[in-house]
Amino acid sequence: MLQHPGITTTDVDTTKAVAVLALDKVTKTFPGVKALSEVSLSLYPGKVTALIGENGAGKSTVVKILTGIYQPDGGQILVDDKPTPFPVPQAAATHGVTAIHQETVLFDELSVAENIFLGHAPRNKFGLIDLAAMTEKARALLSGIGADIDPATKLKDLGIASKHLVAIGRALSIDARVVIMDEPTAALSHKEIEELHELVESLKAQGKAILFISHKFDEIFRIADNFTVFRDGQLIGDGAIAEVTEAALVKMMVGRDVSQIFPQRTPNVADTVLSVAGYSHPTEFEDISFELRKGEILGFYGLVGAGRSEFMQALFGITRTSAGAAEIDGAPVQIKSPADAVDNGIVYVPEDRGKQGAILDLPIFQNVSLPSLGRISSKGFLKLAEEFALARSYAERLDLRAASLDTHVGNLSGGNQQKVVIAKWLATQPKVIILDEPTKGVDIGSKAAVHEFMAELAAEGLAVIMVSSEIPEVLGMSDRVIVMREGRIVAELADDDLKPETLVRHAAGI
Amino acid sequence: MNTTVRSIPDRLRSPFEQRLKSWESLLLLVAIAIFVANSFASPYFLNAWNLSDATFNFTEKAMIAFAMALLIISGEIDLSVAAIIALASTAMGAAVQMGVGTPGLVFIGLSVGLLCGAFNGILVTGMGLPSIVVTIGTMSLFRGISFIVLGDQAYGGYPASFSYFGQGYVWWVISFEFVLFAIIAVIYAVLLRKANFGRAVYAIGNNPTGAMFSGIRVQRVKFILFLLTGLMSGIAAVCLTARLGSTRPSIATGWELEIVTMVVLGGVSILGGSGTIVGVVIAAFVMGLVTFGLGLLNVPGIVMSIVIGGLLIGVIALPRLWTMWRSR
Repeated sequence: MLQHPGITTTDVDTTKAVAVLALDKVTKTFPGVKALSEVSLSLYPGKVTALIGENGAGKSTVVKILTGIYQPDGGQILVDDKPTPFPVPQAAATHGVTAIHQETVLFDELSVAENIFLGHAPRNKFGLIDLAAMTEKARALLSGIGADIDPATKLKDLGIASKHLVAIGRALSIDARVVIMDEPTAALSHKEIEELHELVESLKAQGKAILFISHKFDEIFRIADNFTVFRDGQLIGDGAIAEVTEAALVKMMVGRDVSQIFPQRTPNVADTVLSVAGYSHPTEFEDISFELRKGEILGFYGLVGAGRSEFMQALFGITRTSAGAAEIDGAPVQIKSPADAVDNGIVYVPEDRGKQGAILDLPIFQNVSLPSLGRISSKGFLKLAEEFALARSYAERLDLRAASLDTHVGNLSGGNQQKVVIAKWLATQPKVIILDEPTKGVDIGSKAAVHEFMAELAAEGLAVIMVSSEIPEVLGMSDRVIVMREGRIVAELADDDLKPETLVRHAAGI
Repeated sequence: MNTTVRSIPDRLRSPFEQRLKSWESLLLLVAIAIFVANSFASPYFLNAWNLSDATFNFTEKAMIAFAMALLIISGEIDLSVAAIIALASTAMGAAVQMGVGTPGLVFIGLSVGLLCGAFNGILVTGMGLPSIVVTIGTMSLFRGISFIVLGDQAYGGYPASFSYFGQGYVWWVISFEFVLFAIIAVIYAVLLRKANFGRAVYAIGNNPTGAMFSGIRVQRVKFILFLLTGLMSGIAAVCLTARLGSTRPSIATGWELEIVTMVVLGGVSILGGSGTIVGVVIAAFVMGLVTFGLGLLNVPGIVMSIVIGGLLIGVIALPRLWTMWRSR
């Protein structure tokens, strides 16, 4: 006799319906991290289940297990109550499970119809793709979800919302019973979100089971029937959405003590070093103004797509702004390129280490010296001994673990790569350091080291800006937090206002 | 005495050891093998004057190849170099008809090279166009201008003093071109290995986004590289025109591919990010020796192209085959 899945704290009416897809006490461990610990989740036909949790709560891991990308270490996947392993992604597809990912995995140069039917296109009697049938099927599929898109259009000619519709069309083209939507509205405008919600309603009416992952409480309450809350890889609670309040959900999502694991600091805040006034961008952010003082750690919190990284990259001279001015130490500065920013003492540790932060195929010492070449050379010629000395001093300060300074950065662990990027910037002796998701993809041990180090830098008088989506990190490290939503600053919080619930409320606009 | 605790060593392998196991060492062995084979194949090979003549097979191309190597390491390419030679040579030829003297001719040759390089550079870095497309376009454009100006005519009548750049000898069998080649090789080797500029070139070639995020002025560096390639084409135009003593619009036809071949044979990654000037120097000698050796044996030009092509593929495939064979 199989234990019926999904009953933990549930009030869901499971007597009538059998879960079309369920996880039963699933565990997944990665080296050094327990991503999921005995979590259960049930999806019912014609119901929308909202999966709620902070970044790192294990939502993406669940999606990957449900779609056959990851294999669980313990527990099982149930399809119609029968244990069914998904050893490969195709197995999930065969059972009608399909996912629409956060960033759509589509092909710009192919047509809409080709994108929808890639890998399972209708064939003619010669075994070649039947273009006419494919176009017709695509047209039918798209009109079925209310999308007015010509199947012959190349994908690159569509807007982001239409691309999402194509992704949804692709998901439905395999005759799905379960549709997983991983933050589908994160990149959409208000009107597009409305359309997506209508689409979810119509899928629901067709009897499909939907797993809807979102950070936005308004839409969760609007379209979801059930909820499941994860925190740190554990199931915290689930039930019917009608029987829960926003406050209760937020508490389930963030409820933990955050004060202990972060370095204790006594902020020694001095003069204003950076002031930004009215920074705006045509689409990404608007009217960003704030001041930053020496010795301060200023947190930037917001949902994915709130425009935080885009603003930081503009401040660092990568993206151009349409309006706004910046001052360093009271003097106006023009920042038109990263080189200008570095010259003015502003440095940026990007979220994407591999592409933007470090040059993986160059050795550590060359990465560290790259922005400081002028300092370790005379008349334009490098002094190798000074270059190694520079790299060594910062590597030791950051407790870098590597075989030698000649090791390629690509061969280091995520945490040590991050240390190289930070070392590179400290070597320029900056005034302001911007850290964008500094501990994303970094193991627990290095995480603490990075936090420790941030505290040290602030204590030495450096002004630190930290962009983070992890609430404990934001609260544990920041002296002050600016919350952004939809490209604007919606709150500036300090002292007693620094509470998880407050952050989430401002970020989600509730 | 240095008493600090060295937690992380500078290097695990010494630079000498790294050099020993490098592409350049392999290429050097190939060059020596070809030299030995040539000296057995033809009794005329081991003659100081003949060997000196042989260097003319590569000196002009190699001058451009050094700048091209930097450009390819940075992830860009310039296929218009031979056309720049044609245009610069045509400009010098036209100036001769107006009675311009040797210094003026050199100035014109170099200026046209720089201007053509700047034009390529603006299109690539200013407008963000892909360099392979831009320079295929300017390849037709520059040489097309030459053809319009000259048709089936040729410019001649270069002053006697001008011919020194292509026919002069500095000492005994050592030609002016060879000395110039050697000096330029040293300058580029130092620029790439020892200068800040070279480090920026490597960084850009490995990861242009990462280099930009590290405060490197990527577009400026690339623009300078196009300028340098243009300038080197201008210098090569002066030498070649002086050596031939006349200008036809078909001058240096097909050189762009021979130059790219030289760069790639020299171990520069066509994808950018790695390579050395030493490798290009050895590759220049290899190509020069093969061409000269086959020439002594009266092998026709088309066969030489086949041999050079086969050599390129063979030398590049060899290390890959070696690792595949060892890992079995």
